[in-house]
Amino acid sequence: MAEPVVVVVEDEPQIRKFLRAALAGQGYRVFEAGTGEEGLIEAASRQPDVVIVDLGLPDIDGLQVITRLREWSAVPIIVLSARGQEGDKIRALDAGADDYVTKPFGMDELMARVRAALRHAVPADELAVIETPDFTIDLAARKATRQGHEVRFTPTEWQVVELLARNPGRLITHRHMVEEVWGLKEAKTNYVRVFMVAIRKKLEPDPAQPRYFITEPGSGIRFLPKGVGHQL
Amino acid sequence: MNAARPDPDTLLARVKEEEARQQRGKLKVFFGAAAGVGKTYAMLEAAREQRADGIDVVVGYVETHGRPETEALLQGLEILPARTVDYHGARLREFDLDGALVRRPALILVDELAHTNAPGSRHAKRWQDVLELIDSGINVYTTVNVQHVESLNDVVAKITGVVVRETVPDSILEQADEVELIDLPPDDLLQRFKEGKVYMPEQAQEALRNFFRKGNLIALRELALRRTAERVDAQMRVYMREHAIGKVWPAGERLLVCVSSTPDSARLVRAAKRMAEGLGAPWIAAYVETPAQLSLPQDARDRVIQTLRLAEQLGAETVTLPGQKMSEALLAFARDRNVTKIIVGKPGRPLWKRILIGSIVDALVKGSGDIDIYVISGEREGTAPVAPVRRQEVPIDWSPHVWAVGIVALATGAAWVMSPLFELADLIMMYLLGIVVVAMRHGRGPSLLAAVLSVAALDFFFVPPYFTFAVSDARHLFTFAVMLVVGFVISGLTVRVRAQAAAARSREARTAALYAMSRELASTRGVDELLTIAVRHVSEVFRSQVVVLLPGADRGLTPWSGGQFQLDTNEQGVARWVYEHRQPAGLGTATLPGASALYLPLIAPRGPVGVLGVRPADPHALDAPEQLHQLETFANQTALAIERARLAEEASDAQIRMETERLRNSLLSSVSHDLRTPLATITGAVSTILENGSRLDERTRRELLESVRDEGERLNRLVQNLLEMTRLESGALQLRKEWHSLEEVIGSALSRLGKRLAGRRVITRVPPNLPLVPMDDVLVEQVLVNLLDNALKYTPPGSPIEIIATATDRAATVEVADRGPGLPPGEEDKVFEKFYRGRADGGGAGLGLAICQGVVRAHGGRIWAQNLPEGGVAFLFTLPITGTPPTTDG
Repeated sequence: MAEPVVVVVEDEPQIRKFLRAALAGQGYRVFEAGTGEEGLIEAASRQPDVVIVDLGLPDIDGLQVITRLREWSAVPIIVLSARGQEGDKIRALDAGADDYVTKPFGMDELMARVRAALRHAVPADELAVIETPDFTIDLAARKATRQGHEVRFTPTEWQVVELLARNPGRLITHRHMVEEVWGLKEAKTNYVRVFMVAIRKKLEPDPAQPRYFITEPGSGIRFLPKGVGHQL
Repeated sequence: MNAARPDPDTLLARVKEEEARQQRGKLKVFFGAAAGVGKTYAMLEAAREQRADGIDVVVGYVETHGRPETEALLQGLEILPARTVDYHGARLREFDLDGALVRRPALILVDELAHTNAPGSRHAKRWQDVLELIDSGINVYTTVNVQHVESLNDVVAKITGVVVRETVPDSILEQADEVELIDLPPDDLLQRFKEGKVYMPEQAQEALRNFFRKGNLIALRELALRRTAERVDAQMRVYMREHAIGKVWPAGERLLVCVSSTPDSARLVRAAKRMAEGLGAPWIAAYVETPAQLSLPQDARDRVIQTLRLAEQLGAETVTLPGQKMSEALLAFARDRNVTKIIVGKPGRPLWKRILIGSIVDALVKGSGDIDIYVISGEREGTAPVAPVRRQEVPIDWSPHVWAVGIVALATGAAWVMSPLFELADLIMMYLLGIVVVAMRHGRGPSLLAAVLSVAALDFFFVPPYFTFAVSDARHLFTFAVMLVVGFVISGLTVRVRAQAAAARSREARTAALYAMSRELASTRGVDELLTIAVRHVSEVFRSQVVVLLPGADRGLTPWSGGQFQLDTNEQGVARWVYEHRQPAGLGTATLPGASALYLPLIAPRGPVGVLGVRPADPHALDAPEQLHQLETFANQTALAIERARLAEEASDAQIRMETERLRNSLLSSVSHDLRTPLATITGAVSTILENGSRLDERTRRELLESVRDEGERLNRLVQNLLEMTRLESGALQLRKEWHSLEEVIGSALSRLGKRLAGRRVITRVPPNLPLVPMDDVLVEQVLVNLLDNALKYTPPGSPIEIIATATDRAATVEVADRGPGLPPGEEDKVFEKFYRGRADGGGAGLGLAICQGVVRAHGGRIWAQNLPEGGVAFLFTLPITGTPPTTDG
């Protein structure tokens, strides 16, 4: 497989510099753009596998870059946002971004997001078994086992678990989940929370210190098959 | 030596006067004995001289009466265009005050100071225009004749037989910086008059011919000369006072003139004015309101008001004294105010009355002690040349008289029933009872009617021959006479008692009203609240609609929002005038009387703070000086209260500024320290690696790089907290509350701290059935992160941290406890203050806990710290649970 292509849209040269160093060091081909317009041209011409977009760009809003990119491309988009811009971050996810990293970030964190984005989701019809140190999810048998005992789920709970399990390491936004599981367009994020409490109780060894189903405040849930603190 | 030095207060007053004078324009009056002496001519000549000296001279208004020599003098002088006013079809030319104020020359000429302006002008009189010019710093030349001087008005009328209605207050002449007497011997003036050189209006020719007689002119000339001499005298007195030359004048003279409802009171007031002036003493005009006076007819009361107004115009202080006896009230007041001379009119009571009841003068003289009593002849004068008080005609109410008739009929009925059994004397008693009842309930007139009717009824029904007014026994006539007198006396006494009670009540009501307002104002903070109270009270006491105008930006006045009527542009103009000139104007005053409301300046010790506008339901309700004074008292109270509120605001502003300054200083020191420390570490570590390159072993390199990363994260947390704090404080923080599970938030806080928790045992106790809690998850996560960060900073590595969540129906409580050294006793609350820092080793700007407090309070919760008995400290916060939690169905 050829080296994956990453387009970085970021106006700060210092940040571009270390992003290029880190990504190239991990074997990616990196193309840079300093403005949103340039970024859109790069994204169109380089056929990237991942696009990293900073939300604060000098010419057009990062949000606009995402919206316009989504008009013709399904390429995974990772957003760089600063803390204190929670609203922007959520709008970016709503506009079609797949994931985000909050500045300042460690490269390990960004790399994990890029890898999760590059890994294709486990197709819905594919039958697979996902193993974690504490439990096993068998997508084929539609069941989960914890310490040798089968864990029982209601049909909706299972839908939530399956959605998360098929996208390991990826951020599943509340909105996305509500749409997938309940088929609703409105963001009934309360549903997600109620179900997550139940699911954690059934799968997490200590629900108050969740290791596998991690909530990203204000945005969504991330399933980490190897537990918190371990990158994929 | 000491005694010869000027009194400091007097000196200060002089200095103030001097200062005020310097800012104000100068007034020069060309003063003459009669028309035709050449005042206008002299004024124009003086103006030409000024112009030759390069002074900016403008002719504001000059009447040449077509005299060629006067007109010649106008040549080459700038003339301000006159204002034309349409009045009943006639076009009147008037001095253009606004034009003059806009033009702002150094010197302006305004002829005929005593002129009455056309209706609709800003001021009723031209002298008021002149005062405004001077107040705005423009020098004025003007002319006036002696017969127009208010205090000489009646003297002139007596000499010449011509009553002059256009008068100028004496105070204007006193304020004038210069008075130049234009003198022409009577023979020369008569010569000019015969030659037709004196202007005469067509309609007044006959009167003027009478006026221009040698005897008159000599008398007028003498008056003018004397008036000018008095002025020179006064100037000399000021000079002597200024230079402390001996005690020429008995110090502290003060005059009191007693005003009554008789028509000659005005004369008395003028006489008092002349006397006070002669003595250089302040004077007071007092009206004693005895119960008897309360029942005076309306025109007599109006006359009192007019006389008091006149006294005020002449520079007196006016008071209304309540009292039983005129002499007692006057003497008590005189003692109280250190009055040295009392002026009263010659008693008008007939001799027999004086012998019976005693005269006021006798009583005064008897009780006066060291106060001099001056008795001045009480000759009647034709008309009082003061603005008459307008008053609506009140239709007479006849019902009390009907009642009187009814009660007499009732008494007759009762007497009829009694008559077979009782004597005539007892029946008379029955009637007297009726008279008392009428007097008590309906006042003097009806009770007198009742007395007369009673006598008639007694005669008709009960004195033989019955059913006729004829009397058979002459002794009965005596009975009737006595009964009539007794009836009158009873009615008089009863009415007096009633009136006293009413007077006391109304005085009490006014005092109580003022007291009520002051008390309410005293217990109120904030200008809006104060004004609400003031407007309410003034509106109730004076039965008026009330507005308040406050100075806004760029020196304009803006109506306060709580006013009770709207102001159009005209009314706003009146208010602005009042504010700028610090004098009342509008309805019932001489300035802009066309306004629909009376406007009073709100003057506080530091200057005017606004304008009070009062629109009474009855437009004449505020005409009495007493009402105006009362209103001024209310205005003063309000002004003081506003100033007090302003001062309090300023004080608290200063407090806030100080506090802000203190915070800024601690922020600067704290932030600069906390920013520099990690930056120093980063710079140091990175430069070590760059300088030493390959000489460093891999482990050291890695350690250095890790410290760079850690310090970077520390910087990030600091900046984060600063931003968060700013958002909290600026109010930009908006809660996005949704139902969240606490364990979820605790979980994400723990995962955010990640590696920093390595080596720590974190115990979480969250009951499995914990309900969802409404909160902003991002912010509450920040609270948990800050609390955990705090625990990590201040407890030894490896010591455990415990997170406990509990909930009731109404609130969830989260506790973060450590096993560290705990807080110093007494500092459990201080830790939440901004920039508070524990022991110096902690690092951080002392913002973390302050942010926690801000966020928890925004959620309506509470946060506190307590030292634990087993060691360590617990931080607890609550989040209220309100509303209906979501369910999974639906």
